[in-house]
Amino acid sequence: MPYTEHELEQDLKNKEYEYGFYTDIESDTLPPGLNEDIVIAISKKKEEPDWMTAWRLEAYRHWKTMAEPNWANIGYEKPDYQNISYYSAPNKKPKYESLDEVDPELLDTFNKLGISLDEQKKLAGVAVDVVMDSVSVATTFKKTLAEKGIIFCSISEAIQNHPELVKKYIGSVVPPKDNFFAALNSAVFSDGSFCYIPKGVRCPMELSTYFRINQAGTGQFERTLVIAEESSYVSYLEGCTAPMRDENQLHAAVVELVALDNAEIKYSTVQNWFPGDKEGKGGVFNFVTKRGLCEKNAKISWTQVETGSAVTWKYPSCILKGDNSIGEFYSIALTNNFQQADTGTKMVHLGNNTKSTIISKGISAGRSQNSYRGLVKVSPRAKNARNFSQCDSLLMGNKCGAHTFPYIEVSNKNAQIEHEATTSKIGEDQIFYCNQRGIDTEKAIALIVNGFSKEVLNKLPMEFAVEAQKLLEISLEGSVG
Amino acid sequence: MQLKEKLLSSYMAFEETIDLENSIHDIRNDAIKFFEQSGFPTKKLEAWKYTSLNSILKEDYSIFPKKEDTIEYRDIKKYCVHDIDTYQIVFIDGIFASHLSQTTHDKLDACLMSSALNKPKYKPIIKKYFNKVAPKESLTALNTAFSYEGAYIKIPKGVAAEKPIQILNFSTGNEHALMIQPRNLIIVEDNAQVQIVERHQSLTENAVLTNSVTEIFVGKNADLDYYKIQNDKITSSLIDNTYISQERDSNASVHTFSFGGKLTRNNLNFYQNGSNINSTLKGVTIIEGKQHVDHNTLVHHKKPHCESHQDYKGIFAEKSTGVFNGKVLVDKIAQKTDAYQSNNNILIDDQATINSKPQLEIFADDVKCSHGCTIGQLDEEALFYMQSRGIPKKEARALLMYAFANNVLNSVKIPEIKNRITKQIALKIGVELGFDL
Repeated sequence: MPYTEHELEQDLKNKEYEYGFYTDIESDTLPPGLNEDIVIAISKKKEEPDWMTAWRLEAYRHWKTMAEPNWANIGYEKPDYQNISYYSAPNKKPKYESLDEVDPELLDTFNKLGISLDEQKKLAGVAVDVVMDSVSVATTFKKTLAEKGIIFCSISEAIQNHPELVKKYIGSVVPPKDNFFAALNSAVFSDGSFCYIPKGVRCPMELSTYFRINQAGTGQFERTLVIAEESSYVSYLEGCTAPMRDENQLHAAVVELVALDNAEIKYSTVQNWFPGDKEGKGGVFNFVTKRGLCEKNAKISWTQVETGSAVTWKYPSCILKGDNSIGEFYSIALTNNFQQADTGTKMVHLGNNTKSTIISKGISAGRSQNSYRGLVKVSPRAKNARNFSQCDSLLMGNKCGAHTFPYIEVSNKNAQIEHEATTSKIGEDQIFYCNQRGIDTEKAIALIVNGFSKEVLNKLPMEFAVEAQKLLEISLEGSVG
Repeated sequence: MQLKEKLLSSYMAFEETIDLENSIHDIRNDAIKFFEQSGFPTKKLEAWKYTSLNSILKEDYSIFPKKEDTIEYRDIKKYCVHDIDTYQIVFIDGIFASHLSQTTHDKLDACLMSSALNKPKYKPIIKKYFNKVAPKESLTALNTAFSYEGAYIKIPKGVAAEKPIQILNFSTGNEHALMIQPRNLIIVEDNAQVQIVERHQSLTENAVLTNSVTEIFVGKNADLDYYKIQNDKITSSLIDNTYISQERDSNASVHTFSFGGKLTRNNLNFYQNGSNINSTLKGVTIIEGKQHVDHNTLVHHKKPHCESHQDYKGIFAEKSTGVFNGKVLVDKIAQKTDAYQSNNNILIDDQATINSKPQLEIFADDVKCSHGCTIGQLDEEALFYMQSRGIPKKEARALLMYAFANNVLNSVKIPEIKNRITKQIALKIGVELGFDL
């Protein structure tokens, strides 16, 4: 029996309704431009309560007074903010009818990553003839989560169903006035994820946006809020290793993590947005504000593998407010061709006996520029703060650049801070050694890069790590001269 | 009147006293225009993020002090390296003091900037070197606009200066507040060698702001060894801008010892224009009270096979603030660069602050570049070990701190300077070391 587009639409509609996902199929795309009416319209379309509309408006009014930052070590043509449409209905229409129409290069990558055929179709935007597997998977997931009292839904839904939680925590870690892109996001955020782990609960599985996004469609201005109540634990995965093609050039997401006393949040990201073609044309701008707040004895751990985007501007941070809290940051940033990345972290030590670890690995190839920019700040009242930072850069070819900009601000005598950074290339003798043992140069480089990144890859959840490893290999393909 | 406006109007007065036909007048004019546009640097600039000039720009500085003749050698003796024979170029309130100086034109030139700028004999040299390595930065431009006096040192080809040269700037406090802008030009020609000691010292408690610019050209296979001793009164501030241009096979090292002053900012810049160059930047900072010391360094590797070595140690007590902002820039063609940058700090008291920003900007792949930065305290176990062996805590702490700073002292080539610095460190730490180092 042929399965029509209309039926799919209906199916999705029902499914989404059934599983509580918010859709608004009727809505149209708003005209390009940004003013108070647009902000109000977005809020209205999402049927948000008044306080949310007011919150967005305040953010918008402040955003108007702000200037786009240009201190980062990146160069790009600034987007025209009045020429962007800030709301569009989720695209229900499949882009392609069959896999044959999809860019073969993309399929090639999928195969290398070992992604199943069905998933390939979904990712590429091909009409899927079977009702999605993941929907049923997600249902079982939802059940288990609900039993434990864990809330995992879209942020729009959370605004409707759990307004007290959203009201209490949204903007508490990244205030709407924090920076240019955070203000913009606060005013116009379309959707995102919301996650709440109740007191004492250890989330039994890795929560992944991956399942959710298949249905809701990823937003240009995502907003994620993760709240871990006292003594709870959650591991959260964001993004996926498959290349994401997207027409939206500008992405300004905000991620807020709240770890209350004794809680632990592990947040892993694999980001592989479209980096632009080999000439550096097109590609996604990724300007993200990610920040976590640690209360007493809490721990937040960021792990990220960045291989995509034309321009990345991202500093996942930890505010170590409570005594004995721990912040960790593990990052691999790989840039090739004309990509530019300015990424790092901020560790703000406010409580006593706070600890932080920063391991950053930058790999630059082609004509790319890769910068590490990190802040370690110890406030005068933070006794016995401890930080260890290590930033290593690997350069391939002499057309790329690797930069390190660490900021270390210490105002307490008990602090113990160490920072070290190295820059090197893959040694000819290392390659020679591999060649000698029958490993060709390309493989040898993959081997060495994997070794170089091991410390960070080890921190990723198992399946993710395997994929990320492959991803690194693929991203570097052809960069060896 | 704001200092900036005062300086701009003073420039007009300054123009009346100088020879407008002189070729460098255009350079001065350009510079004052640039300063007018840019003004004093503020904390909004990345390079001045941690250092605010507000507190020192408030004073009503006089720009043109009167000549002071009553200073005798005994007044300044303790600030000089007097136990060895040296050439001395001494300035009192920015004006050359011939009775205290020992200059020379024999074999090498160790004399005055004013005569180099004005005498036709020096014209080709001034044309070739003056303002050639100093970049357009507001404070440097301000100095260029008022450039008139300072040290002029030229070591001709193949000459090794047989004794060190001291550049000494004293301020008498005759004025309520004084701003001086020394301008030094040092040329070390191919295969030449020289050792230079520079010091800025106030003799009273009246406010002084020194905005000094030193341009140094190190020729092929030449050797420059430079020591900056900064141990000024709590009312004196120093902004030191040093630009060093190096040719192939040359060595240049600058040691900066910062032990005092209200606000000290060292902008130390190295430009490597040939291969096989070695640049060394070392510093010891020991301060207390509300003092502020900012080391802002740049090493620009422009050619292959060069080395740079930076090592800055700081000990900060009471409410003092330290800043280290080091940058290593490696150009695309500067392969095989070996650059090392290290910044170690000890905070003694709760209210002391250190802001450190060691940066690497690398565009070449076959390089060895690394940096390290630590902030910590004296090792409690080491202290305990020494105490358990009968060394009092105070001495034990001093020993550890001395050992901490010692790395930097190892490379000091003039023994007298090493001795003086050792004593100074002991004095700072407040203990008699009881052994000669």
